[in-house]
Amino acid sequence: MTNILVYALHHEGTVNKNSLGAISTAAKLASELGGEAHALFVGEDVSDAAAGSVGAYGATKAFRVAAPAGVPQPIVDALDAVLSQGEYGYVIFGGGLLGFEAGGAIAARRGGGIGVEITGLRVEGGELVAERPILGDTQISDIHFRGLGVIAARLNAFEAVESAAGSTVPVEDVTVTLSDAAGKVEIVTRGEQRGADVNIEDAQVLITGGRGLGSAENFSVADDLAAAFGGTAAVAATRAAVDAGWFPYAGQIGQTGKTVAPKLYLGLGVSGAIQHKVGMQSSDAIVAINKDSNAPIFEFADLGVVGDLHAIAPALAAAIKAKKG
Amino acid sequence: MTKIVVLVKEVPDAAVQKQVDPATGLLDRSGEKTLNPFDTHAIEAALQLKESGALEVDEVVAITVGPSSAVKALHKAVSLGADRSIHLTDDALVGSDVVATGYALAELVKRENPDLVLAGQQSDDGQSYAVGAVVAENLGWPALTQVIKLEVDGTTLTCERQAEYGYDTVKVQLPAVISVGDAINEPRYPSLKAIMGAKKKPLESLSVADAGIDAGKVGKEGRKAVWTAAQQPPAKAAGMLIEDDDTAQTVEQIVTWLDERKLI
Repeated sequence: MTNILVYALHHEGTVNKNSLGAISTAAKLASELGGEAHALFVGEDVSDAAAGSVGAYGATKAFRVAAPAGVPQPIVDALDAVLSQGEYGYVIFGGGLLGFEAGGAIAARRGGGIGVEITGLRVEGGELVAERPILGDTQISDIHFRGLGVIAARLNAFEAVESAAGSTVPVEDVTVTLSDAAGKVEIVTRGEQRGADVNIEDAQVLITGGRGLGSAENFSVADDLAAAFGGTAAVAATRAAVDAGWFPYAGQIGQTGKTVAPKLYLGLGVSGAIQHKVGMQSSDAIVAINKDSNAPIFEFADLGVVGDLHAIAPALAAAIKAKKG
Repeated sequence: MTKIVVLVKEVPDAAVQKQVDPATGLLDRSGEKTLNPFDTHAIEAALQLKESGALEVDEVVAITVGPSSAVKALHKAVSLGADRSIHLTDDALVGSDVVATGYALAELVKRENPDLVLAGQQSDDGQSYAVGAVVAENLGWPALTQVIKLEVDGTTLTCERQAEYGYDTVKVQLPAVISVGDAINEPRYPSLKAIMGAKKKPLESLSVADAGIDAGKVGKEGRKAVWTAAQQPPAKAAGMLIEDDDTAQTVEQIVTWLDERKLI
């Protein structure tokens, strides 16, 4: 019997959508392997309702460990404790930093292997094979595991499917003695929102500013272009621009920001790193203006313009305004 | 007095067309190589801790695992300001996965017994994101990745990073392994003098046996994640590309393209 354990990321009482996607996928794969999918919650305030709700996505059991959330070390200890008491072949994370951290550590602790940025999983010869895009997503490698297989999925790779809507599962509390390393980490603040609250998820047109914009002031170029498109357009940013303090975190697209799928995505000075791509690749049309012809975004843009955005974008805004009359 | 170890890696230069050897499933590492760009931020972070006096740093030591050519990455690390370097190189390591590589690195770190280990959050080639966590697990130390602000007070680090729900602030007690993001600093350029002098700084070359590493835990034998030949994903229709020579004309082409798709 091969069971699969899924780490369930949660914050403020809500289970992360990517964790639910991992649970849905694990449930399907576990049934093919003749096992079950279980979910693990680590936190000090996890309610029965939140933990039990994973039953709707196909998990048959939820474990709960009372330990600090948001840092990797307690998760490693919690995973280790649960893995020790059952027959598990795999651990899946739905994507995110903790998947890299706790995933790498639990693979090392239990003599297993890890695959990150996994976009597909299939059963072959009674075991899981993980699909990992490489070289700027131009190829996909297969990863086979010896011993425990730890899988950190790419953001949005697995869809959350309510296969048993309304079902809940029993929640089992597990007491874990934390390791020394866990005692040396303390989360002071979690999920701090920096900057204004902007809404980018409902926009039909998203003008996105990247590092190439150069400064906070230069976001006016993006603002003017959004204004030219009119009512359904908004301005968003890449992580580089947000970390530089040029734009509010609430308007960030990508791995640690929002996932968007507007009718038109228009990137200004956006390089198109994979962490950004995962948050916007479902956009209907992708236009990129960047002076670096080697920027990865040109590999997946529908229309790529190699040139100086500071010259092109204002002229484009004027032309769109003129066209709309 | 403290010592900082920086984990570095040689990666193919960004301009090199990278490919996978279909026979082995491993990255073809021929072609021009360079120091992993994320690692230059880790070295810069170490130097800033030293220069600011936040930590009384005696020594910054760069460590790498890789083929003989990886010496160049160590020279670069030293030219950026590391005091000396260590190169673990052995045919037994070929084909190691991230867990095996992290184990080997941890054995090297143990020999140095530093107070802090810094690394780049990801490599430009393998992009495993997890090596810091594996090293820390082998040492029994805490680890944190994607750190974009690092402050030290005694033996307590205050780290900031962006995670799934916003910015997190985490306190970590030394010794620890911290992997940094590229937003943490702007790496300096090495001076010509530093580049010329890099080859004169101490470089220790070790085999698996020298470092007391269990050869059964590394390489193709020891790895637990086995990569097999790469497949081409379904090709996406190539987009249109405009090289801007005449901005008025470029803008007209963009407007036409948008208008055809009813996006204006």
